[in-house]
Amino acid sequence: MSSSDLAVSARGLGKSYVIAHKTARPTDFREAIVERLRHPFGNGRQEVETFWALKDVDFEIKKGGITGIIGRNGAGKSTLLKLLSRITAPTTGTIDIYGRVASLLEVGTGFHQELTGRDNIFLNGSVLGMSRSEIKRKFDEIIDFSGVEKFLDTPVKRYSSGMYVRLAFAVAATLEPEILIVDEVLAVGDAQFQRKCIGKMKEVGSDASRTVLLVSHNMTSIAALARECLLLGQGRVVSQGPTQEVIDHYMAEFAAVDSSEPGLFVPKPEPGKTFAVQTLEIFSRGQRTDTIRMGDDLSLLLTVDPSVHPSCRSLTIGFGIETATGLRVVSLGSMATSTEFPVDGGRLEIQCDAGNLPFNQGQYTIRVTLSEPNSPPIELHESLGILHVLPADVFGNGVFLHEQQGFFYWKSRWSHEFVNEYAGVEAV
Amino acid sequence: MHPTNTMLNLVSQGDIPHIRIQADERQPLINFRELVRYRELLLTLADRDVRVRYKQTVLGVVWVILQPLLGSLIFAFVFGVVARLSRPGKPYVLFAFAGLMAWNTFSAVFSRVSSSLLGNAQMISKIYFPRLILPLSTAAAAMIDFGVSLAMMSVMLLFFRSWPGWGVLLLPAWLIILVTMALGLGLLGAALMVRYRDVAHIIPVMLQLGMFISPVALSTLAVPEKFRFVFWLNPLTGLLEAFRWSLLGPDDGTLSLPALAYSIAAAAAAFWIGGTVFKQQERSFADVI
Repeated sequence: MSSSDLAVSARGLGKSYVIAHKTARPTDFREAIVERLRHPFGNGRQEVETFWALKDVDFEIKKGGITGIIGRNGAGKSTLLKLLSRITAPTTGTIDIYGRVASLLEVGTGFHQELTGRDNIFLNGSVLGMSRSEIKRKFDEIIDFSGVEKFLDTPVKRYSSGMYVRLAFAVAATLEPEILIVDEVLAVGDAQFQRKCIGKMKEVGSDASRTVLLVSHNMTSIAALARECLLLGQGRVVSQGPTQEVIDHYMAEFAAVDSSEPGLFVPKPEPGKTFAVQTLEIFSRGQRTDTIRMGDDLSLLLTVDPSVHPSCRSLTIGFGIETATGLRVVSLGSMATSTEFPVDGGRLEIQCDAGNLPFNQGQYTIRVTLSEPNSPPIELHESLGILHVLPADVFGNGVFLHEQQGFFYWKSRWSHEFVNEYAGVEAV
Repeated sequence: MHPTNTMLNLVSQGDIPHIRIQADERQPLINFRELVRYRELLLTLADRDVRVRYKQTVLGVVWVILQPLLGSLIFAFVFGVVARLSRPGKPYVLFAFAGLMAWNTFSAVFSRVSSSLLGNAQMISKIYFPRLILPLSTAAAAMIDFGVSLAMMSVMLLFFRSWPGWGVLLLPAWLIILVTMALGLGLLGAALMVRYRDVAHIIPVMLQLGMFISPVALSTLAVPEKFRFVFWLNPLTGLLEAFRWSLLGPDDGTLSLPALAYSIAAAAAAFWIGGTVFKQQERSFADVI
């Protein structure tokens, strides 16, 4: 490929960090002093290990359009972004970047709490690489986009977090680099503002001379925006290609790797709290799992120890299945079937058979509530379980639904008949 | 220390800038081209530092004048009124103010430059810019204070009808040497502070000690002969004396060429060492901070 079609190319890219493990910590003051005197500049007894956050990474990104960078936590996405935006230096390899780069790893970098909105526009703009005259030229556009005109001369520490983010994004949105590197900033702000941001990203992405690299956990926005994706896993490139293919790969990998106890979830311990809910398990096709295909059966098994709440006389259970953005798709409550569970017989295993729920593909979280009948919940576990729904040929004809085509699929019957042109007139 | 170095080659290929980021390459001590490209950021950050410092204060920028003025009045009271120090030359307030002006500039540049990286940790870990911009903009902001003090000094000289001689033309030279020394030490402090926060605690102690062995409130001539060598070992002494010589004349300051040569050598060494350590550590700032 000739370099004139390329925006970014990386060869043999690697980044290692040295991590120190403390083998034994001094436990008292005297011991700590002795330790310090023995190794005045050391950090205690340590074992040093080299950790490769990225290793042997090769890829090329063509000019124009939006490329998504996805991967699980710790896959190396952030490290890659930091290398591309020159915040930190690679340990091995080379990156070639063709064009002016601006990176947006957070909104409002360099914002100062004490300064006014106006001052911060100039400050943030120059931190992002704009010249003063450029900022002046775009000043009205920035204010217009942010909608904080009235508070322009108020210190930003008095802003609501929404206003703060809007102003910060507005400055960033006026950047006109050839290559823009963006990290998760879409995850902020209210829904209306998010739509505005996505619109802005689409606008930039449709300009053939500009290239956007977008890192996000939000598969929905990635699928909506990116033409191509790069999937990272354990510091390496796992796959690169058209977005939907790579996302499918990601979902499949997600399910396969996370399998020490797939489909078994335990509430996170909180200091000073004992929970009646012991475990949540997801079953499908007779197996415990956290990954099902669209159209598969689903049943949830909850283990409860009611003795934690001795005053409680009987229990009802509620499951809420929600999208990654917290939108409730469906509620499954025992009260809906007038079912109460007795509490006097020790530990309970409560099973909820949800049948073949018509979920669309995607990642869902399961929220669990425990209550006495007709009372507010005594226990609430947000996102206790995670359920991955993989795409499947549910219509039996090879037509797949995208993630953004709704939360569930539904077979509809279609028919048509020819209508007489004058039927209406004659009826009069 | 991190084993990597990065070289940024800006090679023009037609009209598209090409940036190559590589492991293991060297850069010059100061990349002037990069600094020039980022000059607006430098000015904006300096402007921010100045604005922020007196936000939510009643007197605002008046503090820039008031701080050294009150300092020299205290000195004047302690040494002039209480200790009844008799000395030749100009009124003691002028003497103390001239000394404080130079000392405060040194101390402000040194200590603020030292904490300039840590104070902007968020920026370092989120965005690229030549890291040298931060210490430089901090030093530039500190120079505003010097400008204000100088104006204040002029007013006081007018008030006391005391005219400095032609020696005042050499003042910029002393200032450059003084700031170079402070900046060098500051760069060293800043680079070390990223890794060892201890440095933040050492610097105020060093400055306190430094003030006792510098002729700020007293002339070196007022120091007993057998301790005088301690003062002359301090590379700042020659500069402080030269400051007074320029502003107030030969009765209040000594112009000693060997001492100045010593100061220049010390400033050059401080700047070279500080700059080199800063450059070496620069690439790993974002990883460590």
